[in-house]
Amino acid sequence: MRTHRIAVAATLVVAFTAACSRGSSTGNSSESNVQPAPKTQTLNYWASNQGTSLDNDKQILEPELKKFEQQTGISVHLEVVPWSDLLTRILAATASGQGPDVLNIGNTWSASLQSTGALLPFDDATFEKIGGKDRFMAGPMAATGADGKPPTAVPLYSMGYGLYYNKKLFQQAGIANPPTTWDELVADGKKLTGGGKYGLAIEGGNLSENVHHAFALAKQHGADFFDASGKPTFDSPGAVAAIKQYVDFIAQDKIAAPGNAEYAANQSVTDFANGKVAMLMWQVAGAKFKSHGMNPDDIGVAPIPVQAGATGSKATASMVAGINLTVFKNTKNLDGALQFVKFMTSKEESIALNKTYGSISPLKEAQDDPAFNTPELKTISNVLAAHAAPLPQVPNESQFETLVGTAMKNLLAAAAAGKPTTTESVKAELVKAQQQMPAS
Amino acid sequence: MKSRHRLLPYLLLLPALVMELLIHIVPMAVGIFMSFKQLTQFFIRDWSAAPWIALNNYRIAVDFSAPIGKSLLNSFWVTCSFTLLAVAFSWLLGVAAAIFMQEPFWGRGVLRAVFLVPYALPVYAAVITWSFMFQRDTGLVNHVLHDQLHLVSEKPFWLIGDNAFVSLIIVHVWKTWPFAFLTVMAGLQNVPRELYEAAAMDGASVWQQIREITMPALRPVNQVLVLVLFLWTFNDFNTPYILFGKGAPEAADLISIHIYQSSFVTWNFGSGSAMSVLLLLFLLLVTGVYLVATARWRDADA
Repeated sequence: MRTHRIAVAATLVVAFTAACSRGSSTGNSSESNVQPAPKTQTLNYWASNQGTSLDNDKQILEPELKKFEQQTGISVHLEVVPWSDLLTRILAATASGQGPDVLNIGNTWSASLQSTGALLPFDDATFEKIGGKDRFMAGPMAATGADGKPPTAVPLYSMGYGLYYNKKLFQQAGIANPPTTWDELVADGKKLTGGGKYGLAIEGGNLSENVHHAFALAKQHGADFFDASGKPTFDSPGAVAAIKQYVDFIAQDKIAAPGNAEYAANQSVTDFANGKVAMLMWQVAGAKFKSHGMNPDDIGVAPIPVQAGATGSKATASMVAGINLTVFKNTKNLDGALQFVKFMTSKEESIALNKTYGSISPLKEAQDDPAFNTPELKTISNVLAAHAAPLPQVPNESQFETLVGTAMKNLLAAAAAGKPTTTESVKAELVKAQQQMPAS
Repeated sequence: MKSRHRLLPYLLLLPALVMELLIHIVPMAVGIFMSFKQLTQFFIRDWSAAPWIALNNYRIAVDFSAPIGKSLLNSFWVTCSFTLLAVAFSWLLGVAAAIFMQEPFWGRGVLRAVFLVPYALPVYAAVITWSFMFQRDTGLVNHVLHDQLHLVSEKPFWLIGDNAFVSLIIVHVWKTWPFAFLTVMAGLQNVPRELYEAAAMDGASVWQQIREITMPALRPVNQVLVLVLFLWTFNDFNTPYILFGKGAPEAADLISIHIYQSSFVTWNFGSGSAMSVLLLLFLLLVTGVYLVATARWRDADA
């Protein structure tokens, strides 16, 4: 009985405060960022987490936003959203219509989010306002939405995968050059494995990481995860072979530690930086290794291996990775939002921000900047220019990432526990993943 | 004057009623409505425009021969066994500790405070710490089991594979039992000391005292406690989500996570709603049966 009375009292209090606050301010009382001054315009911006922490991102971005405010008189309210929340937050904003004006998306989600219809299509007239489509590199532009439709976003930061290797450990094992084929990688990996050290590190509990590698490997096996009409083909022989090859790093080749199967918080990056493993396939990561105290002289980078003699799409060495910038269609300040997009993708800002984050500018005119011509970034931008492909630009891409990523996590867990990995067991997991795709 | 007086209680209840409507009833109605629609990403901007597919979402959810139904059923059984074990352990620990702490002794206050620490800690910080301890190669659990006590010859995985179920129960019980302890301790305050003195005088052992005095006196408290523990445990989302992240191992695929995955990760909001409604019906049924049964006992006692 007592709890009932307290509950009623509490509800009353809540109701009253709600009523009072509604009376005292006009409209949106919960939004602390609503500026009372009517003259300055405000944009809300959701940035993804690119720096070492959310605070680090704020420190990097806020001076730039101030610059924008001085130029245009538009103040930008920044919120840095962690990756684990970003997609859910975007979906919630889509459903409620209460989103930011400008936001970051992972470029692999472009087509999925495009299909919700919540994001502004960048048609020719829109591109005109931000300085034209031709300023952007073709690779990153390929990951901005489905073919034949106006892109849903513009590239902001570009990244790609490289094979990072520890030069010192390679030297000690008597290996002169980084591997260029998978056979070489496995052979080198075996030489480098032993005495508590391993040849290769993988991040088996991280669903996106799993899928990115599965995608490039599937391309190398001549397979895609979706057919031309957008229907899933997760269990095609090429896809099965690709994923088995990845799981076999633990199961058969034993060049990756079984414990890697549960890594999901970038432990593989730490292991590499600490010299516990000799190779790691990762998106631009030189700065991360250094921040963990790794000697820069020991860091080598090469393109991800392919099968010997591969050409065309079978020579795919990376997915097109990166962050896109986009605008919510129902923004009340479309003009201001586009001015902001133009500012963030201007040559000066693009170079400054990508340099700080260690990524590559997606602008053609920025490619000559010395910041992107380090051996590391040169290797990766060459891969992006010639040997990279965007993840499938289909509406169901986001579901594909989760379902195939989870299937791989389960397979790696089984392999780590010593259960045999066979073509049949891989296929069974992929069939299960495909059958859980929603009909569309 | 008189009629105003009669209206006053209802007026006072009105805000609560409105809030209840807004916070519970309306979203529930919307959820039920959504469960009859094919609500995917194409319609989340304007979900009322999604095609009406009647019971199709339910049909998919309970088709136990197809993967979606099969995994839902698996998740349901996992959740049932998890709930049974976790509630039983939490309750036992709570009651045992409360009875043990009944007699004053040196350091009782400190111990009591220590017992409540898991309850007071922010869930995220606590569970993430557990996930560090359960890491296979660097975690404290394997360090103790393998390196120090030599109980296992090979380091087991705790966060992937079948052991994930065990980790889940350990973390959940650790987090929940202090609530049981606190509730039972409060219940024990109402048991007159004279009863124990009299029983001791008659030569009753400690066990007899617990069985004949403590447990009957605690019955009303326990009835509520077990129900609350059951509902919390069955719907626990935080523990598995923080411990395993997206894509929980099959052995620890709790239903709350499973429904979250279906709705927000595979973006099939209609089918997620249908599963939620089925879960709600199940919980209503269990709670109803439980309440009727406990009311019977109470009547029989009176």
